[in-house]
Amino acid sequence: MSEGSVLASAEGLAAGYGRDEPAITGVTFGARAGEAIAVLGPNGGGKTTLFRALVGELRPLAGSVWVERPPAYVPQLERARLDFPVTGLDVALMGTWASLRWYRRTGARERERARAALERVGLGERAGVAFGALSGGERQRALVARALARDARVLLLDEPLAGVDRPSGARILAVLDELRSEGRAVLVATHDADYARRLDRVLCLNRRQVAFGAPAEVLDREVLEATYGPEIIVLEGGERAVAVHHHTH
Amino acid sequence: MVALLEPFGDPAGVRALAEVAVLGAACGSLGVWVLAFRQSFAAEALSHGMLPGLVVAALAEVPLAAGAAGGALLGAAGIALAARERRLGTDGGVAVTVTASIGIGALLALGGPDPERLEKLLFGDLLAVSPTDLAISIAVAVGIVGALVAARRPLAASALDPAAAPSLGFRPGRAEAGLLLALALVLVAAVGALGSLLAVALIVAPAAAARRLTSRLGATLLVAAAVGAAVGVVGLWASRLAGVEPSGTIAVLAVGGFALAAAGRPAPAG
Repeated sequence: MSEGSVLASAEGLAAGYGRDEPAITGVTFGARAGEAIAVLGPNGGGKTTLFRALVGELRPLAGSVWVERPPAYVPQLERARLDFPVTGLDVALMGTWASLRWYRRTGARERERARAALERVGLGERAGVAFGALSGGERQRALVARALARDARVLLLDEPLAGVDRPSGARILAVLDELRSEGRAVLVATHDADYARRLDRVLCLNRRQVAFGAPAEVLDREVLEATYGPEIIVLEGGERAVAVHHHTH
Repeated sequence: MVALLEPFGDPAGVRALAEVAVLGAACGSLGVWVLAFRQSFAAEALSHGMLPGLVVAALAEVPLAAGAAGGALLGAAGIALAARERRLGTDGGVAVTVTASIGIGALLALGGPDPERLEKLLFGDLLAVSPTDLAISIAVAVGIVGALVAARRPLAASALDPAAAPSLGFRPGRAEAGLLLALALVLVAAVGALGSLLAVALIVAPAAAARRLTSRLGATLLVAAAVGAAVGVVGLWASRLAGVEPSGTIAVLAVGGFALAAAGRPAPAG
């Protein structure tokens, strides 16, 4: 386990939307530098809500949330609009915009950062292709490049492998490993318990925090059932548990 | 050449020409963002929702822009109120408000002393543009285009991916609210010349045509502004030569331009 400094944390966090019941309650965790954390839970379990609270878009209804510097966020792929007239390079460039004053033009330095980010996700050759003309996996990689160009120390990825072809998925996983070894903290929302086992720690969410810890210690049948409820299928006498994947959108 | 310019030989013609060129360019570039944010229906609703305000302004003999602004505010409040009814939803709220606005507007206008005035309010009167109207339109157009340039990054980040925009340092809600405000301002400025029914054509159609013709954002904004100004000028010219109603001609030409662009170029990816 990495013993880096804590880059993001939550303490008794509850967050949600408007006057509705909180979408998540009782979330307490810390993400250290050089660590990858799986945020595991069913659809509607509160994974995206947690990320939106970490980004600062949602104020805590209770408890607190803290991030060392603004995090980079890669939302679910299908939320991006495909008909907006931008190229892969334009999308990556958006990651450099927060530091640009409105009257300044995008300069050579920003372009260089965006191109380097695209190279890193293997899209260097496709920089000039329209975002909507890229494959699903390539689009996801462009969104990851936008997060890389942001140069944040904390990265939040919401279902980065959903709807993504195998080569793109492999590339994204390789980049996530690199980010971890560079001393960044990476949080990956997923409903795939098998993938969660490969990361350093896992935070199980089902509208409340079910568990947080190393996968080997945390991911037993009881926790998985509490996380997924009736969606879970347990195989091989409880040794392996596989969450049923079904998208509701 | 002289014969071609003949329709614009009088000061009213020159003002009309300047008004459509300026408004066409502003509407065209604004339209690109309206389409990107899926706000075409809001544009339609705002322009129609202004009608009662316009009629009241016409009856009370106060500037139409004041009536349009009041009507737009009332329309927006009506939509917000109706949308709170959960079983109706925002679309239903917009539909109810727009229908009610047109109904109330028609009732007020037809019951008033000058029923023919309704036609002017619905379809505009380009040749009645006063120097003050033109000055207001130029100020609004310059202001809106300037604001769109200044806000290009928050707008683009929010239009592509509203979920990620806050993490990039932008507030998509604010970008969208600013866009709606710009839309309301343009409609208020354009409604006297182009009418509440047809102003929307100059916002949506040139932008839709530009989306077919280009694949880069900067180029799309420029082409939409150029197409907007061009259909305005050509439409006005053709209508004066043929002796038909200008704003209808402009609207038909704008939609025709989109149809041509759509026929000439396949739909962009996505």
